[in-house]
Amino acid sequence: MAKVFAFHGGIHPPENKYQSAQRPIVSAPVPEILQVPLRQHIGVAAKACVSVGDKVLKGQRIADASGKLSVPVHAPSSGVVIAIADQPVPHPSGMSGLCISIETDGLEQWIEHSGLADYKALSQNQLIDYIRDRGIAGMGGAGFPTAVKLHLGDDHIINTLIINAAECEPYITADDLLMRERAEQIIAGIEILQHLIKPSHVLIGIEDNKPKAIRALEIALQDCKYNIDVVTVPTKYPSGGEKQLIQLLTNVEVPHGGIPADVGIVCQNIGTVYAIHRAVAHGESLISRIVTVTGAGVSKAQNYETLIGTPFDTLLQAAGHNPQRTTRLVLGGPMMGYSIDNSQIPVVKTSNCIIAATAGEMPEQPDAQACIRCGLCEQVCPAQLLPQQLHWFAKSQEYDKAEQHNLFDCIECGACSFVCPSNIPLVQYYRHAKSSIREQQQDKRKADLARERFEAKQHREQRAVEEKAAKRKARAEQAAKAQAEKKALAEKSLQQPQQQLDKLAAAVPAAQAKVTAAKAQLAQANSTEGNSADINSADLQFKTATANLLKAQQAVSDFTPAAKPAIDSKKLKVAAAIANTRLNKALTALKAAQEKSQPGIESLQNTIAKLQLEAASADSAYQSAAGEPAASAAKPDVETKKLKTAVAVARTKVKRAEAKLSAAQHSGADNCSELQQQLDLLKQTLNTAELAYQQSDSSTQGSAAVTAINSAPDLKVLKTAAAVARTKLKQAQAQLAKLSPLESADTEQVQQLQQQINLLSQKVTDTEASYLQAKPTESAETDLQQLQDNYEKINKMADKAGAALLKAEADQSPAVAKMRVGIDKLKLKLDAAKQALTQGNSTDPDKPAAAMIQQQPAQPGIDKKALKQKVAIARTKLGKAQQQLAASGSENNQLSATVDQLSKAHRDALAELEAVDAAAQAKAKEMGIDLKQLRSDLALAKVTLIKAQKALAESGPDDPADKELEQRRSAVSAASEQLDSLNATLASIDTIMGS
Amino acid sequence: MSTIIIAVTVLLGLAIIFGLILGFSSIKFHVAGNPIVEQIDELLPQTQCGQCGHPGCRPYAESIANGEAINKCPPGGQTTIEALANLLDLEILELDGDHDENPVKTVAYIREDECIGCTKCITACPVDAILGAAKQMHTVIIDECTGCDLCVAPCPVDCIDMLPLAVNINSWKWQAPETTFTKQLIATDKRPVVELDS
Repeated sequence: MAKVFAFHGGIHPPENKYQSAQRPIVSAPVPEILQVPLRQHIGVAAKACVSVGDKVLKGQRIADASGKLSVPVHAPSSGVVIAIADQPVPHPSGMSGLCISIETDGLEQWIEHSGLADYKALSQNQLIDYIRDRGIAGMGGAGFPTAVKLHLGDDHIINTLIINAAECEPYITADDLLMRERAEQIIAGIEILQHLIKPSHVLIGIEDNKPKAIRALEIALQDCKYNIDVVTVPTKYPSGGEKQLIQLLTNVEVPHGGIPADVGIVCQNIGTVYAIHRAVAHGESLISRIVTVTGAGVSKAQNYETLIGTPFDTLLQAAGHNPQRTTRLVLGGPMMGYSIDNSQIPVVKTSNCIIAATAGEMPEQPDAQACIRCGLCEQVCPAQLLPQQLHWFAKSQEYDKAEQHNLFDCIECGACSFVCPSNIPLVQYYRHAKSSIREQQQDKRKADLARERFEAKQHREQRAVEEKAAKRKARAEQAAKAQAEKKALAEKSLQQPQQQLDKLAAAVPAAQAKVTAAKAQLAQANSTEGNSADINSADLQFKTATANLLKAQQAVSDFTPAAKPAIDSKKLKVAAAIANTRLNKALTALKAAQEKSQPGIESLQNTIAKLQLEAASADSAYQSAAGEPAASAAKPDVETKKLKTAVAVARTKVKRAEAKLSAAQHSGADNCSELQQQLDLLKQTLNTAELAYQQSDSSTQGSAAVTAINSAPDLKVLKTAAAVARTKLKQAQAQLAKLSPLESADTEQVQQLQQQINLLSQKVTDTEASYLQAKPTESAETDLQQLQDNYEKINKMADKAGAALLKAEADQSPAVAKMRVGIDKLKLKLDAAKQALTQGNSTDPDKPAAAMIQQQPAQPGIDKKALKQKVAIARTKLGKAQQQLAASGSENNQLSATVDQLSKAHRDALAELEAVDAAAQAKAKEMGIDLKQLRSDLALAKVTLIKAQKALAESGPDDPADKELEQRRSAVSAASEQLDSLNATLASIDTIMGS
Repeated sequence: MSTIIIAVTVLLGLAIIFGLILGFSSIKFHVAGNPIVEQIDELLPQTQCGQCGHPGCRPYAESIANGEAINKCPPGGQTTIEALANLLDLEILELDGDHDENPVKTVAYIREDECIGCTKCITACPVDAILGAAKQMHTVIIDECTGCDLCVAPCPVDCIDMLPLAVNINSWKWQAPETTFTKQLIATDKRPVVELDS
């Protein structure tokens, strides 16, 4: 027999256990409807896994555990699930909780189940899970999930297992009866726990008021191999409290805030042990328990083996309940239980007793009196607290102080209330204080969470604002960057044209050098008379080099500087013009002032001086700006254009001056002489400008001719140039015609005009000749193709126009007449194109032959002019290089090398030219014409013509010898005819050979 | 005379030494921020409702630390006032304005079939307790709602109600026993019926 210790305090209330302990345990009747709460214990409610209408069998799982601190729920009997809803559940608040309502069918049909044949074969975890799956929770009072307690051995050293069989509360006899009747099964259950927890010894703590139970246990323990002791403890309330029982049996106090496992002890209720045995040995889930129905309100106080979910009403009725006598229904014991109003509340896993108490048994609590500080409560407190202090603190809501006085160590046993002479409901105070503190803690947690969320939101909003600002900033920066880039690009592009031009210009000499090299190679190949492949490759190289050169030249000539400087120059020009006009105005004002001898002349003069300065600076700026691009472009075309504009400007100025002069002459003004002078000056400038223009124009045309030889597009340019020249000529002639009948005083002008006309006519012929020269280079085939294309284009246009016309007619548009005119024009064009095409086609049959003939001489013809030019270029280059060489001295190797190269190139070019000439002469000989003869004939004819003309001029108009004159005239005409014919043949030969 | 001089010198020397120590430690162990603000903020209910006239509980805590009245927190009620008075050693005041002394905890409830999904209440909620999206129904996460009723005013269709937080079986708490003494009994009068019965 183990030694029994003692705990502080405790009381001895009337036991009242005999009423129910007289009768054996009987099965409670199965009610029609079982209300099975999903939460029957401390922890988390289970989750229903059946739905309304499902048929369930006894022992079938109807709700799954959710989380660790939860156990599944099983159907206590077979039947149909009729509802899963809130129902009143056993709770001091009398509130509802979620329940599964099962309508029983009375068949008690078990689900297939069997116990474990050998639970020791299972691992510890498997066995614990098995027990958990059977829905076993503590059956003493709190209902802590048993599996959690069994797992305590994992991280605690458990040396003592205490089986709580004390059952200290009055009235309750459920455990007593269980031990009396089923001691062997309890011992079997203890063995399972022994196997699981492996404590060094097991103590069954039992009060000495249950001698029958003690005997039964001892009998059952007789052939038990484990170290199990039944320890009888003196009857004293609350020895059944976990901590109190531990202290009684082991004299070990569970520390504040700790659990028994912290001191190596695990406590299990005897009912739980029995349930574990049923589960392991028989596979039965926890679906029933033993409930004591007692109190003076029932005639047959008894212990009932009751299905979970059975309404207490069913039990009470079975026990012969007399509602008239019953004043209170108390769930649990009289000390720790609570009153219920609703007898339909179901039995749950922790329900051990229901007392139908009469007024005599449990009189109404008399009104509380003031605390007299007797200190009785302190003496009975099993937790060694100061109930009186706690009462004060709880009453004044000084919860922190109550906590400091270990309020939470109070087990709410009610001993203090029991002994209180002032009837102060102390436990109620403590419960209220406890729940208030819990609520405060929860509120604080919630407040912390709210603060966290609030701060998170604030951070988020602030971040959003910052991000927005950052984005805006980034965008602004990007925009600024883009702007800067744009600016830089603009500046660069300003500089670029010059660079580009430089590059292109640099490419030209390189290409030329390549050409010369290729030529040299070709010449070498020719001279060494190597194999034809060599020559061919050299030839090819040469050709590609020439093509490259031409390309480079083309690029340089095509290059036009960017619009910017042009705009600039325009602006400058405008500025200059404005300055000039201002100056003029000021001058006129000055004149007027001088004439009228007004005051302020001096100031006017000053301003004029200023304006003159301004105008001069503007002019110079403009000229430098205009001159720069022209110089940089180094393109004769641009220069020519400029010159042209200058000429035009000069001309208009002259005209204006003339108009002024005439006006002045008409009005008889006295500044005629001045104007005349001005006009003269202007005319002079015009002349110089024209001269410059013509010079540059002719040079341009020369270069244009060069390019025209090789590129078809330039043909157009030539054509237009010719046309322009022609129109100019016509204009000039018209002007002359206008002027001559007027017989104006300035014969000088007429002369000038005539001179101009002559120049123009010369130009016309020049351009036409160059055009004609260039034209034949175009292959006839492309010509034909072009014609065809042209024709087709016009045809298409005509079709389109016709369609448009039809539409317009349909719409009765006012533009119909106009469209018709347009279509007529188009038709005309179409006809012309058709004609041209047919002509081209008709000449086609004999074209191949002609082309054959033409093409052969064509090549040397082209070459001849180009060669001549090349020779000239080479010569000049050579001259320059030699000069340079002479200037720089003999030691310059590079220069001498270039001179050598150039001289070689020159020689080559000359040789080529000669070869071509010789070839042409040979060709002509073959044709039966002596070219030299022809030329000398031509020269002779010219001389005779000139002589004849001279003779004619000498004879004069007033010569009487009419006959002689007649003769001479005929001679002149004959000579000119001969000359013409000779010219024609030469030209024809030339065209044959040249084109 | 010399004793007086010695005493004065010694005391002066001690004063200088301790002054230096104090000055050093006040710099060395300087606590950034006002620690009392943290403590006040702990006591406030963190509903962030702004009924005190501050944008949130912390600003109110700061201004209490700067001397503002402690009775401006209706959600905290008298309990908070008492706690604050206790902490700051101030006189317990009546709650400012006409509020219930012990306010009933409420939560916002959106009548969901009337909600038009304008998201105005979502923006207003200081603790992100309203769930929803534009043109979608909104709903309140009851567990996160602090009952500040800031969402009620912005609602254009008035579909938000402040409902008292229902007590369920989990949030139920024991009520305090009656404290009024109606009968004046003495201890010996206690439980006469029980005595008789047993």
